[in-house]
Amino acid sequence: MAAQTRPKRPIRWHIGVFLAPAVLVYTAIMILPLAGTLQLSLFRNIEQHQVFVGFDNFRTLFGDPNWSVNFWNALRNNVWFFIIHMLVQNPIGVLLAALLSSPRLRFAAFYRTAIFVPTILSFVIVGFAWKLILSPIWGVAPHLLDFVGLKSLFTPWLGKEQYALTALSLVSVWQFIGIPMMLIYAALLSIPDEVIEAAECDGVTGMAQFWKIKLPLILPSIGIISILTFVGNFNAFDLIYTAQGALAGPNYSTDILGTFLYRAFFGFQLQVGDPNMGAAIATMMFLIILAGVCVYLFLVQTRLRRYQF
Amino acid sequence: MSLATRSLPRTIGAHAVLLTYTAIALFPVILVIMNSFKSRAGIFGAPLTPPTPKTFDLIGYTTVIGQGDFLHYFQNSLVVTVASLFFVLLFGAMAAFALSEYRFRGNTMMGLYLALGIMIPIRLGTVAILQLMVASGLVNTLTALILVYTAQGLPLAIFILSEFMKQVSDDLKNAGRIDGLSEYTIFFRLVLPLVRPSMATVAVFTMIPIWNDLWFPLILAPSEETKTVTLGAQLFLGQFVTNWNAILAALSLAILPVLILYVIFSRQLIRGITSGAVK
Amino acid sequence: MTTKLLTALLLGTSILGTTGMALAEDVTLNIESWRGDDLTIWKDKLIPAFEAKNPGIKVVFAPSAPTEYDAALGAKLSAGSAGDLITCRPFDKSLELFKKGNLADLSTLPGMENFSPVAKAAWQTDDGKSSFCVPMASVIHGFIYNKDAFDKLGLKVPTTNEEFYAVLDKIKADGTYIPMAMGTKDLWEAATMGYQNIGPNYWKGEEGRQALIKGEQKLTDADWVEPYRELAKWKPYLGDGFEAQTYPDSQNLFTLGRAAIYPAGSWEIGLFNTQAQFKMGAFPPPVQKAGDTCYISDHTDIGMGLNAASKHPEEAKKFLAWVASPDFATIYANALPGFFSLNSTPVKMEDPLAQEFVSWRGKCKSTIRSTYQILSRGTPNLENETWVESANVINGTDTPEAAAKKLQDGLDSWYKPAK
Repeated sequence: MAAQTRPKRPIRWHIGVFLAPAVLVYTAIMILPLAGTLQLSLFRNIEQHQVFVGFDNFRTLFGDPNWSVNFWNALRNNVWFFIIHMLVQNPIGVLLAALLSSPRLRFAAFYRTAIFVPTILSFVIVGFAWKLILSPIWGVAPHLLDFVGLKSLFTPWLGKEQYALTALSLVSVWQFIGIPMMLIYAALLSIPDEVIEAAECDGVTGMAQFWKIKLPLILPSIGIISILTFVGNFNAFDLIYTAQGALAGPNYSTDILGTFLYRAFFGFQLQVGDPNMGAAIATMMFLIILAGVCVYLFLVQTRLRRYQF
Repeated sequence: MSLATRSLPRTIGAHAVLLTYTAIALFPVILVIMNSFKSRAGIFGAPLTPPTPKTFDLIGYTTVIGQGDFLHYFQNSLVVTVASLFFVLLFGAMAAFALSEYRFRGNTMMGLYLALGIMIPIRLGTVAILQLMVASGLVNTLTALILVYTAQGLPLAIFILSEFMKQVSDDLKNAGRIDGLSEYTIFFRLVLPLVRPSMATVAVFTMIPIWNDLWFPLILAPSEETKTVTLGAQLFLGQFVTNWNAILAALSLAILPVLILYVIFSRQLIRGITSGAVK
Repeated sequence: MTTKLLTALLLGTSILGTTGMALAEDVTLNIESWRGDDLTIWKDKLIPAFEAKNPGIKVVFAPSAPTEYDAALGAKLSAGSAGDLITCRPFDKSLELFKKGNLADLSTLPGMENFSPVAKAAWQTDDGKSSFCVPMASVIHGFIYNKDAFDKLGLKVPTTNEEFYAVLDKIKADGTYIPMAMGTKDLWEAATMGYQNIGPNYWKGEEGRQALIKGEQKLTDADWVEPYRELAKWKPYLGDGFEAQTYPDSQNLFTLGRAAIYPAGSWEIGLFNTQAQFKMGAFPPPVQKAGDTCYISDHTDIGMGLNAASKHPEEAKKFLAWVASPDFATIYANALPGFFSLNSTPVKMEDPLAQEFVSWRGKCKSTIRSTYQILSRGTPNLENETWVESANVINGTDTPEAAAKKLQDGLDSWYKPAK
């Protein structure tokens, strides 16, 4: 901090030069249009005119059960979606990365490439392929279960209220596991050899080495992954949309904020899109994510800093 | 490296876990590709068996190839993805460097401002973006897509890259400054090579949503000349919902180019990662 | 800034370009549509037929996927980049576009007199004064069955409910075929092929539908709950895992010959003709008792309107006048069996299955889907909720009474019919 109080510094033009292209493109094509949309949440379309109504749309969103029930349902589902990712995707990602980074592992390149393949596929393909696999008609899942003698376990998961969301969360985990794996893998590789050697001199090896030495060192990366997962999950839309449609059936059991927003904003079938209510929902999503990111930036990240070298 | 960490049971265990997961990861992809070479009866009758002479059938592929210029769509996708990637990485790295290297008034605010974009789906700005593109005559051009994807990719790229740039040692940069290098030289010659692994990671993250996006091609560039491969495949799916031969063939054709690109790219990615680790 | 420069440049070139070539250039009209399936028919049959008679006008059919159509069209209309001709969904979706000024008034378009008031009703203002889309086609609900399977099992086409369930029981007992190919995963099958298909027999078609709009009947009345009770009875006759069976799954089950009966809309005919390897027949929704009047859902489904911002309104109107002509109706109805022309001039159709469907117009009373007009204007949206509840009823997660109550409560929360 003391370094900052140097007297009289020339204007550092290079900071501007470094920032300018990104800030310009980003502001013109992303922020301005989005701001234009979000401000719609304070208006309402009355007889084809946008009329300023203050927070009335939010009052409707939370006060009118026709909206609030759906909103809370979507939020609840979204939290569950996120929990599954945190509990399944990230631990497995760390495990795979840890295994991959063990020195002189054969076929490491093959594994790494193969496990990342689902991540590069489009939602169209993922949604369609898994619908086929889980389809009771096509019979891949029943066949496979039959193979291990567990055919009785098969149910049409995507059509059952109690399973559909979990099944789709796991499909999403399947698709995105490559991201935490790669990030952690990169972090593990960048741990200096001296650190590991020093640990080994002290007799810390194997599992103990992972828990005591490596894990603390990759915590910042795990932090980034968690916040990326959070943001990604609360913005998720495409997978549910391609697999279950915009009504996120059965009985709205897979409805998350993204699909709820899509229906409100763009409409669906006979439902006419309502950009104003849609913008109100988008604003809420934005605030939820902003809160999460702030928690990360101001609480988690500052603490994690200490472990850095 | 250490010998102590390697013991036979542990190695076998590691391979077992990795092999299992690899199988889970690849199974759906293999299933789709395998069945795309089968007749309709073969697909429904025995989905898990590879094509036999009896069930082998290329009808799906002939339908797809007769339907649209997929090679051209593919070229469009490639142009859009590569160009956007280039701008995201260049602009993103520059901004990330400014944020992580210099202390200036409004630094944190600027960081937050640039991170806002990861919190709202850009899809919501559709109407305003489209109006902008209509006003500037860019509708149905690949430029429109490149601009949107650059804007869309920047927040995440800056967010990740500035994390990594903070880890570049100050000694190196200060040594450069003492040698009289300009800030630009320090960035391009000293810092950029060091963050290559994270650049590669960001490149992969940025590339995937761009390549796979359906929405903006549909809105901004739906014409035959500017159609991307994902949009082409989606329209095709809509048109042949019940023709599974054709659908599986179309899906395979959509998977293969990305797969090849990725395998090529993945070498670069790993080279980047390892070079970063060795330093 | 670069975009401004680009705008200027592009504008410059386009002005120069047009002044030089204005005389030689053909006018190109773009059609927005969700009917990707019809691409080849437009390209090979309809458009050439029009262009041959109207030199100087080129027409391009540019469909997008049905699920994205409304959202994409909405965005393009507000930004001004939509095509000249807009394929119209029936009732409120298009009415909304008209009110926003996106669709032009077509009340005086030559050829509009070729349509009956019923046909035009789907694309008119509530007072019936302005029309904004040319009606193109309607679709009829009923059941398509596998004739070979019926012959093999010695089954007769059912006309009453009792016979219907007797047939289903026999197919089930035999075990060769899944009695009925329908799934609830996509929700809309349950609502459209189920509720809206059999419902008119119970709520007496137009009579019930109008009474519902006027507020004289409620969805909780026996006439409206009864179809749900019937749907609940369908569950044992559906295939294993029908909860996760999608619409294409159902189509494939039937065309592969694994199911005997398919609750259908007439639009399936074209596809089924090319995919099924067996003979097919069709029957209208069975009535409650022999001798009852039968009602069918003959739903005005698709029309075409003029983008108010079109740069070539005169040419586009020429095209629309042609769409309103008997010429168009003949080509269209025969190229797409199952999409029945709304034109008052009778159209001769070749397809036997399509003839069967259209013959019901003679013996049964026609109505349209109950949720489409007026009732799906508010939140919660009655059509969406009907999808969800119909699936719930068949899945057994809601009783018919509970489903009806939920729908009526939702409707009551915003709809106040004038009494």
